[in-house]
Amino acid sequence: MDCDDALLRIYEYLDGEITVWRRRAITRHLDECPPCADGFVFELEIRRIVVSKCREEVPTSLRRKIADALGIVTPES
Amino acid sequence: MADQATFAELATPFMSALYAAALRMTRNPADAEDLVQETYLRAYRGFGGFREGTNLKAWLYRILTNTFINQYRAKKRRPDQVDLDDVEDFFIFRRLGGLEASAAQRTAETEVLEALPDDEVKAALESIPEQFRMAVILADIEGFSYKEIAEILDVPIGTVMSRIHRGRRQLQKLLWDYAEENNLRPRVETTTGG
Repeated sequence: MDCDDALLRIYEYLDGEITVWRRRAITRHLDECPPCADGFVFELEIRRIVVSKCREEVPTSLRRKIADALGIVTPES
Repeated sequence: MADQATFAELATPFMSALYAAALRMTRNPADAEDLVQETYLRAYRGFGGFREGTNLKAWLYRILTNTFINQYRAKKRRPDQVDLDDVEDFFIFRRLGGLEASAAQRTAETEVLEALPDDEVKAALESIPEQFRMAVILADIEGFSYKEIAEILDVPIGTVMSRIHRGRRQLQKLLWDYAEENNLRPRVETTTGG
């Protein structure tokens, strides 16, 4: 396992979509190769930032519409 | 046979996530509201056939996705703004110099991304071509497995993987370009070529 092999599988690794033995081989490489390990962490950071910036509040009107449609009584506040 | 009376209790916690996904798909709050409402109604009506023990969240997303494809995509369609076939993998990572980049460069870039306005990140995601956008939303925002995404979108796993990869590359390029165009990136000495 070298850096190119590790990078080639970065997504499968970070997505948890990888065989156990391949995961082990990459983890071993990352333990020995700080630049690769940093790269993997960086990729995760980008993803975390995107997720944190794409959150939405459900409009109250929509909650009420769905609750009404499903026949549920919304608690009065 | 699942009990319809428990539907609301089980399905309501997914509303925020479904609404966010609907907004990214339709790119329009009014359509997103209609899409989520329609999804809940269809799911409610079909809940009798929902098998307990299967993944309710994935099932709801499948209904959301199908409803979107059948009802909303065809009408008010805004053209996708980008189609970047030639974007390289791990775009930002490589732009910073790949494995040669220093930890400080990556930290600085993380700070740049962290400082991007939410609306710009949402706009970037929304301007990725639809099929890649849906795959990225399901994988990165919602955390579905490749297999679940394949079932939700009804495409083979290999297709899911290539859509996720391309979508991520395109998203990274858009975020990078935005920071560049708006001079958000501090000038640092790099040896990176363009």
